[in-house]
Amino acid sequence: MTTATEISRKRTGFWATLSLNDRRTEVITGWLMASPAIFLLLTFLIIPFFLAFVFAFTNQRLISPNPTEYVGLRNFSRLLTVRLLILEPLTNEATGEPVRDENNKLIYPRVREFTRNNPDYPQYNGLKQWLAWNIGQKRWVLLAGDPVFLRSLYNTFLFALVVVPVQGGLGLVLALIVNQRTTGVNIFRTIYFMPVVVSLVVVSILWRFIYDGQNGLLNNVLQFITFGAFEPIDWLGNPSTALPAIMAMSIWQGVGFHMVIWLAGLQTIPPVLYEAASVEGANGWQQFRYVTWPGLRNTAVFVLVTITMQAFGLFTQIDVMTRGGPLNATTTVIFQAVQRGFEKQDIAYGSAISVVFFIMVLSVALIQRYLTRERD
Amino acid sequence: MKTRLYTLVFLLIALVLLAACGGSQPEPAAPAAQEKPAAEAPTTAPEPTEAPAQSAEPSKADPIKLSLWYHGAGNETERAILLQIIEDFNSSQDQWVVEMQDFPQASYNESIVAAALAGNLPDIIDMDGPVMPNWAWSGYLAPLELSEGALDGFLPGAIGKWDGKVYSVGLWDAAVAIYARRSVLEKYNIRIPTLDKPWTKDEFDAALETLQNSGEFEYALDLGMAWTGEWYPYAFSPFLQSFGGDMIDRSTFLTAEGALNGPEAIEFGKWWQSLFERGLVPGTSQDGADRETGFLEGKYALQWNGNWAALPPLEKYGDDMLFLPAPDFGHGPKIGAASWQFGVSATSQHKDGANAFIEFAIQDKYLAAFSDGIGLIPSTRSAAAMTKNYAPGGPLEVFFDLSKEQALIRPPTPGYPTMALIFEKALADIANGADVEATLDAAVDEIDADIEANGGYGFQD
Repeated sequence: MTTATEISRKRTGFWATLSLNDRRTEVITGWLMASPAIFLLLTFLIIPFFLAFVFAFTNQRLISPNPTEYVGLRNFSRLLTVRLLILEPLTNEATGEPVRDENNKLIYPRVREFTRNNPDYPQYNGLKQWLAWNIGQKRWVLLAGDPVFLRSLYNTFLFALVVVPVQGGLGLVLALIVNQRTTGVNIFRTIYFMPVVVSLVVVSILWRFIYDGQNGLLNNVLQFITFGAFEPIDWLGNPSTALPAIMAMSIWQGVGFHMVIWLAGLQTIPPVLYEAASVEGANGWQQFRYVTWPGLRNTAVFVLVTITMQAFGLFTQIDVMTRGGPLNATTTVIFQAVQRGFEKQDIAYGSAISVVFFIMVLSVALIQRYLTRERD
Repeated sequence: MKTRLYTLVFLLIALVLLAACGGSQPEPAAPAAQEKPAAEAPTTAPEPTEAPAQSAEPSKADPIKLSLWYHGAGNETERAILLQIIEDFNSSQDQWVVEMQDFPQASYNESIVAAALAGNLPDIIDMDGPVMPNWAWSGYLAPLELSEGALDGFLPGAIGKWDGKVYSVGLWDAAVAIYARRSVLEKYNIRIPTLDKPWTKDEFDAALETLQNSGEFEYALDLGMAWTGEWYPYAFSPFLQSFGGDMIDRSTFLTAEGALNGPEAIEFGKWWQSLFERGLVPGTSQDGADRETGFLEGKYALQWNGNWAALPPLEKYGDDMLFLPAPDFGHGPKIGAASWQFGVSATSQHKDGANAFIEFAIQDKYLAAFSDGIGLIPSTRSAAAMTKNYAPGGPLEVFFDLSKEQALIRPPTPGYPTMALIFEKALADIANGADVEATLDAAVDEIDADIEANGGYGFQD
């Protein structure tokens, strides 16, 4: 008896120790298994992220024998300064009448006279013309420290504003279509998903051929449909069509991915709900509005967030298809960060752009989070 | 439900981090020379390959190893010639053994920069001419110490000088010419220009208008707008220089003011813009395939192109093919110069050996071998005489003279890689209809700001 109890006590003790060891081992194993990922994340994500914050306040160069210096907010002020300059037309000194050129247009002084080494206007020094309007006889000129960056901001937001709803909506429509249990539906799922698995660089190069201004596929098709009435457009070479062309291509390329996510969401909705709805006499739209859409709520938040992130990160298409041109029509924030940081070797300025980008995306994400919060 | 949302928020933060850091990771982007004016075929080998080329028998004292990095991985002919030179050098003496490592051109410049940051540079470095001052200024390179007279008779573009010292020397140079067909010019009564009497601006413009109005061609002239990158400053800044402007004021190298936005530069800009407005040349959205084949297919009447592309049209048109000198826009006809060159790294422990190798490599027979192998212009007249194409009476002889008479190197300053990008963007914007004066002014401001941010790139004081 005693032996048995002792044994059992021993056993309890033994097992207790073992399980304690076990737990410790488990923790250690867990960290060990996570460590490669943690190491890579630290090296390539977290450390560069903090370095970007540090570099943004210096004059760090990619290659230079000069020492790195702290420059305070100089990079940010160059990025974000915007000032208004109102120009009076030149007047004839004798008559006081405004001078007009051969086309009867008013002549204004060159902006450069104000922005470069003019001691009377130190606040404009180093700024460049961004936008200009004529209001009455005066000319309003908006000067900026870096007009190209501001244009990039505008392009990036415009791209996100169009791509997020269109790509998300189209993905949902496609998902609803391929969610039916009919034969051959897998073929369509595959077809819609195909562009996602092709490298974006390859897709971009192919679409450059499609958009070609002379004998591109798109122009040929449009001419064929309109019996030759359509005038060929140089899609990527024209400032007004370049960004829409890239938007269309990006939506086509990414829509399959979001279709799959919507599809996963659709399949979590229990069929019982649809049965109940149809018993109650709900029509197709009502079923979508009151069964499908509420069931997709979390999916919708996820899709919204991922598309927004992807849209803000627009880079590859630009780099391959237009390199920001024509006339800055397609330049984006990330493209500028890479261009400045690496090609023009100004790491500090590229970092400053990254920091501004980070704050921008973070605010948008927080706003989205707030708007899509659960209201219990 | 809550947990799922937290997961989402976590995911979101991770994505934001990813996106934000995306901008600060070294994207492969060569500071310059992506669309090489040098004549190499794009290289494909993904990894540098070790290529020990010693055939010298180990002698009593073990020879010292010298490393050499080369940009031409994947180009078999080029590699074979270089390996031959290395083998000859190794067996000609028993003090040094050179070992080559080759890299694909697209990632070559980053490899050098990364190696320099890691303190791991090879002894002998191969580099693109206009990038050299940037590296010399950054302290990657040591001046060459060749014996006196070693560079006599070299084309000026093949010698890389910065700060009064020679840092690099090239076994070849490249040149650009107007590709044309004799029969086409004669058909439309256009005078065939010569080196002594090139086209003037008016003559050139009139020729372009005539060819365009003939209706026979899609465009009168193909400038190569599809070749973005280094091609723009290499091929188009000579036009600006011929007008009397430049990318920078070469008297001080401290400002572009007056050079890139003076009256001559503005005149150039207006002419440049008019080429596109008048529809004489394809614009920035030109298809790369058209650039390669347009002249051969007769889409373009004339083409502004380099000697490295000369063989296919010569094969197709034979005696009808002409390589014409650049037009004279008022300050003499100009073309760009400087291609890939060899130099010695500042951290090399055996600079004497590295210099000995370079001096060995610049013998005429090797210059001629490279020229015959890949069609480049040999750096000396005596080597040219030994080649198939550049010998007196050879089909490409004209390029040697073009290089000798018209060549002007791109501004030899460490600021060049940045300046080249700013210039490229300005030309593309003007071609797309931007206001000429404002664009050039903005380019000047950007170049000047960059020079200032870099403490004058070593030119101050």
